[in-house]
Amino acid sequence: MSENIVEFKNVSKWYGEGENRTEVLSNINLTIKEGEFLAIVGFTGSGKTTLINLISGLLEPDEGEVLFKGKPIKGTSHERGIIFQNYSLLPWLNVFQNVALAVKEVHPDWSQEQLTEHTERFIEMVHLTPAKNKLPKELSGGMRQRVSVARALSMDPEMLLMDEPLGALDALTRGVLQEEILRIWSANRRTALLITNDVDEGVFMADRIIPLNPGPNATLGPEYTIELDRPRDKKALNSDPKFKEVRTAILNYLVDLGEAAKLEKKAEFTLPDYQPMMPHSRTFPFFRRKKDRA
Amino acid sequence: MSDIGISTKAMGKSGVTFSPLKVLKGFIPKLDTKAIVKNALISLASILLFVLLWHLGANYLFNIEATAKIEKARTEQGAEAAAQMEACILSGDVSCQPNTLPSPQQVIVAAQNLWADHLSISAKKTAFKAKVATTNADRKAQGLKPIKYTGRPSFIDQILTSIKTVFAGFLLAMFIAIPIGIITGLNENLKTAFNWLIQIFKPVSPVVWLLLVFMIVKTLIRDPELDKSFIIAAISVGLCAMWATLVNTSLGVSSVKTDYMNVAKVLQLSLGKKIFKIIIPSSIPLIFTGLRITVSVAWMVLIAIELLAQSPGLGSFVWEEFQNGANDSNAKIIVAMFVIGIIGFLLDRVMLFVQQSVSFETQ
Repeated sequence: MSENIVEFKNVSKWYGEGENRTEVLSNINLTIKEGEFLAIVGFTGSGKTTLINLISGLLEPDEGEVLFKGKPIKGTSHERGIIFQNYSLLPWLNVFQNVALAVKEVHPDWSQEQLTEHTERFIEMVHLTPAKNKLPKELSGGMRQRVSVARALSMDPEMLLMDEPLGALDALTRGVLQEEILRIWSANRRTALLITNDVDEGVFMADRIIPLNPGPNATLGPEYTIELDRPRDKKALNSDPKFKEVRTAILNYLVDLGEAAKLEKKAEFTLPDYQPMMPHSRTFPFFRRKKDRA
Repeated sequence: MSDIGISTKAMGKSGVTFSPLKVLKGFIPKLDTKAIVKNALISLASILLFVLLWHLGANYLFNIEATAKIEKARTEQGAEAAAQMEACILSGDVSCQPNTLPSPQQVIVAAQNLWADHLSISAKKTAFKAKVATTNADRKAQGLKPIKYTGRPSFIDQILTSIKTVFAGFLLAMFIAIPIGIITGLNENLKTAFNWLIQIFKPVSPVVWLLLVFMIVKTLIRDPELDKSFIIAAISVGLCAMWATLVNTSLGVSSVKTDYMNVAKVLQLSLGKKIFKIIIPSSIPLIFTGLRITVSVAWMVLIAIELLAQSPGLGSFVWEEFQNGANDSNAKIIVAMFVIGIIGFLLDRVMLFVQQSVSFETQ
């Protein structure tokens, strides 16, 4: 029997006070079961990052409560590892040091050898051993995100939070990293929460998908269970009718949401009638290039 | 690295002779010889133009001054004295040369003289050392202080003293400004507490700082053996120059990226670790930008401070030469001006290099 590891109870979150108050999330109820892979899809700016920060402990709800293993979340914890959208690597530390910093915090009593061995194991897991002494600025976007993955996993968290981890990557690197994250996840089956704006990514990776209705006042949409066998093969999935069906259903739901949001915006914005000013147009004719003068 | 290995191997296999020069050529960025020659020519031309303008200007001023001198002799002593004065000026006699902006040639001669003077003083020093070597050994055995050379310092000695003073002042500025900057950057209350002090004392002139330091040092340091004027100069330089570092450090510390602070929170770093592993490293580029400004300011105020503090160095050299009013004094002042400029430029380059090498951002 799987237990609920995370529970949202009527959670609302807003920024600002009084007149300026904008409610980002309103009345969210959500349970995440231990060992499951949940994906939350939604438009940009719909409050996905706020949602994940409530679980990581970087933010606290303004109303309701978020429970982790039955206890309200107070601040961050090593039990919940997070992979940030923009990698958030420390640019003055190399790959090894970035990961080792996390390992040292979780296991302060370890010897230098244990520390090195553990860190190197996780760097190897994301295939970065050859780049272990490089600084983040010398790595590509995909490699940086792998370091971030290694850092989060090296803390051996009970729950892995991923905030659009692959959002900034190109489609090919994305695919490779999706498979890598799944491979690592299926090795120890920790609870995972993936925030994404890519429906395909959600369907490919998760057990369950919940769309987030766009904010402000974001609420959760209906949940879709993905009944596909693991390990999933990307190529085979593309022609799988079950995959197609659930993907179309979610996409349709999101598209309808988008249409509804458009209709709501009744206000019209008239753009000022400005003409772009081209270079050279303000200088004297003497300075203009020959072909411009003609 | 692996790419290089593969390419050299492939070259060996295909029978192409392996030449380290060829390999190197691929990896050293090609120097744009044309651009370098062009820039050098432009610089050279502008230097020549500068010297020419200087020469013409100096000539013009010389003529005004000479005419005034002759006219003065005519009105005060009559036509004969005026003719004598004119002849004297034309003959190039040092006793009657007009005192004005020196020409480039005079400055070069002055520079050569200063160098020759330095050589002769060094020779005297070595001779003095050899002379007192046995006496000093005796004095050391008796526990007395050795006899030191107390003659006039040469121009080069004064340059070195100036560099020493500015370095001492810079170190002092660094040790005061960086810790205070970090503390004020970390704590909003302390920032408020220090803010009035920083805002009010930052624009105070070096001269006033010197006087303040003088008041305090005079009372505190009674030991006549200590070089009081050097201490006063170094402390004043430090106090004048530290503000840029202080403000920059404070800014750097208080504006650490939220991303890095989130990492610190997620890793649950302790306060000490947060400061030393996240906050200080991330503000290092800004701290070094501040230090670079501090060095330039320190060098700039040093001259004025040495001048007033009677501390030996380029500042007092310039002032003494001005008071001296000898025939080549003006030329020596111009030599000092160039030396000050060049050293300031070099110091700035060194700091720029250091600043770039500690920056971790993408170049």
